[in-house]
Amino acid sequence: MSILIDRDTKILVQGLTGKTGSFHTEQALAYYGTQMVGGTHPKKGGEDWASSNGESLPIFSTVAEGKERTGANASVVYVPPAGAAGAILEAIEAEIPLIICITEGVPVMDMVKVKAKLEKSNSRLIGPNCPGILTPEQCKIGIMPGSIFKKGSVGVVSRSGTLTYEAVFQTSNAGLGQTTAVGIGGDPVKGTEFIDMLEMFLADDETESIIMIGEIGGLAEEEAAQFIADEAKKGRSKPMAGFIAGRTAPPGRTMGHAGAVISGGKGGAEDKIDAMEAAGIKVSPSPAKLGETLLAALGK
Amino acid sequence: MNIHEYQAKALLKEYGAPVAAGVPIMTEADVDAAIDALPGPLYVVKSQIHAGGRGKGKFKELPEDAKGGVRLAFNPDEVRSHVKEMLGNTLVTKQTGPAGKQVNRLYLEDGADIDRELYLSVLVDRETGLVSFVASTEGGMDIEAVAEETPELIETIGIDPEAGCTPADVAKLVSAFKIDGDAAKDAETLFPLLYNAFVEKDMSLLEVNPLIVMTDGHLRVLDAKMSFDGNAEFRHPELAELRDLSEEDAKEIEASKFDLAYIALDGDIGCMVNGAGLAMATMDIIKLYGAEPANFLDVGGGATVEKVTAAFKIITSDPQVKGILVNIFGGIMRCDVIAEGVVTAVKDVGLKVPLVVRLEGTKVEEGKKIINESGLDVVAADDLDDAAQKIVKAVKG
Repeated sequence: MSILIDRDTKILVQGLTGKTGSFHTEQALAYYGTQMVGGTHPKKGGEDWASSNGESLPIFSTVAEGKERTGANASVVYVPPAGAAGAILEAIEAEIPLIICITEGVPVMDMVKVKAKLEKSNSRLIGPNCPGILTPEQCKIGIMPGSIFKKGSVGVVSRSGTLTYEAVFQTSNAGLGQTTAVGIGGDPVKGTEFIDMLEMFLADDETESIIMIGEIGGLAEEEAAQFIADEAKKGRSKPMAGFIAGRTAPPGRTMGHAGAVISGGKGGAEDKIDAMEAAGIKVSPSPAKLGETLLAALGK
Repeated sequence: MNIHEYQAKALLKEYGAPVAAGVPIMTEADVDAAIDALPGPLYVVKSQIHAGGRGKGKFKELPEDAKGGVRLAFNPDEVRSHVKEMLGNTLVTKQTGPAGKQVNRLYLEDGADIDRELYLSVLVDRETGLVSFVASTEGGMDIEAVAEETPELIETIGIDPEAGCTPADVAKLVSAFKIDGDAAKDAETLFPLLYNAFVEKDMSLLEVNPLIVMTDGHLRVLDAKMSFDGNAEFRHPELAELRDLSEEDAKEIEASKFDLAYIALDGDIGCMVNGAGLAMATMDIIKLYGAEPANFLDVGGGATVEKVTAAFKIITSDPQVKGILVNIFGGIMRCDVIAEGVVTAVKDVGLKVPLVVRLEGTKVEEGKKIINESGLDVVAADDLDDAAQKIVKAVKG
């Protein structure tokens, strides 16, 4: 099993015709036949998109039409920041169950509006400002490099793209492999927080252990730790390793990710690490020892 | 982006908020006109820097018992002598760090008769995803201290984005502030307009500390701190002119021209990394091995050779840098682009300090080949751990 996506996931690309959308759609098509079923563009409906090696996908004018014609059950958004929220809203309107927004730099106020709509809908949004989701040997949505993955037993959830790659790379090298890796994104207001992903990994039979990577800013890691502690009391738990980026970050400065900022005395790394440790998560002091720390949590 | 108090107040005034009459002072020559523009006899001279704690701050150049960065004046002569003492000197507050900030601008304001001081801010609450008011009766104080000691005196009120700031929301705020009469009446227009300004201008923080009830019973915005969401800059060309470059680090200004996320720090190991999380983690691991990072630098996902070259030059322009660590895990970012950028930059500006490069991910073999064939004196690292140890050893010996 895996979470969120598998070989049956059919994906529409919003922003397929742009440089980023095109490049990553080609990469996805080349990854174990991920089912990319089409793209959308308001003015290019009816045309075809062609990859550099001759594959082609239909372009639809709207997400609703694309969904109707292809049976798509997921969409990935590569639309530039000014139009990204509009693209997400269109996918929500079209009742796409799973929307993944890769775009970095979406205005926070746009996400406040999206979040209000999202809560009244049946859609789940991952991101924005995230690397996407990958289930090894089945399906790749987004920009993660497929080559570092290995089919296996670790669930990975992270606020950071490149640290997701570190966790994947290290668990592959440790021989564990992954069930699914999810990047939830580095923005302050986003579609999905840690807790929902942790719930899915706890419920997934093939996921035997979990790596959770957080960073400074907000209280999502503390809330996730509380969730893990509460579930453990009910007898539901899996070995977990974690990491928090930004121990050395100065307060008040936004560290690249719009959400990575210690403000008003909240969001510091030490509080998060303490909360995670208290919930039984083994927190690695070094980003280079994620695999090793998880092996220790597994008693290996 | 942050702006000065006087700019924030001018913006709020456009929305109709009650603010005192005031005039910015850039040079001593502006003083007399500023005094003439205000009614007197009470004036306030306020240092304009992008940091809080100005009132309790101390000027480096003045004796220990000199007054702080916000001063009352009871006649024009007092205004003139305060301006002379403050303008051009360095104000140290608990938010500026020990180096302090040079005061290049002052704001002369009409004095107010204060009855009560309240705390109000508007921000995006990450936990609810809502624009929220934070309200407290404990104004004029450090809100973090209030949150620590008497959290029950702080109320947070989230606003439904579809409805906006409604009369029901105003009523909750009025009750949180324990205000009535004219002040409660003023609140009916003030709170919705603050909300609208926040949303329309894409602010990330609007802090009014204090919001005052004057002795005549009316509300007034006595101080205003405002910052804006960098992601929304593209739709606010009108805000660009409010940016004060003298408040920013020269290297950070240069980096922003190339759309690089760069933050100057105090250590001696320069870092160039892709991804914000990995960039922070790289700083952390440098510290773990006993050294200090000189900067945070995320070159981003779609960096070009030109951007990487610019990033490398910014790092090497920092005289504190005694070694450089390039740490790339290619996803969108291709290792060959990074390698080419580094090689180009080194050929341009030379390399006077040790350089450790760790490449992994997309096009890693091509990237390593470019570095190896460049003939540059580069230390290759196998993984992040190895890279951190090698650069710390190279710098510390």
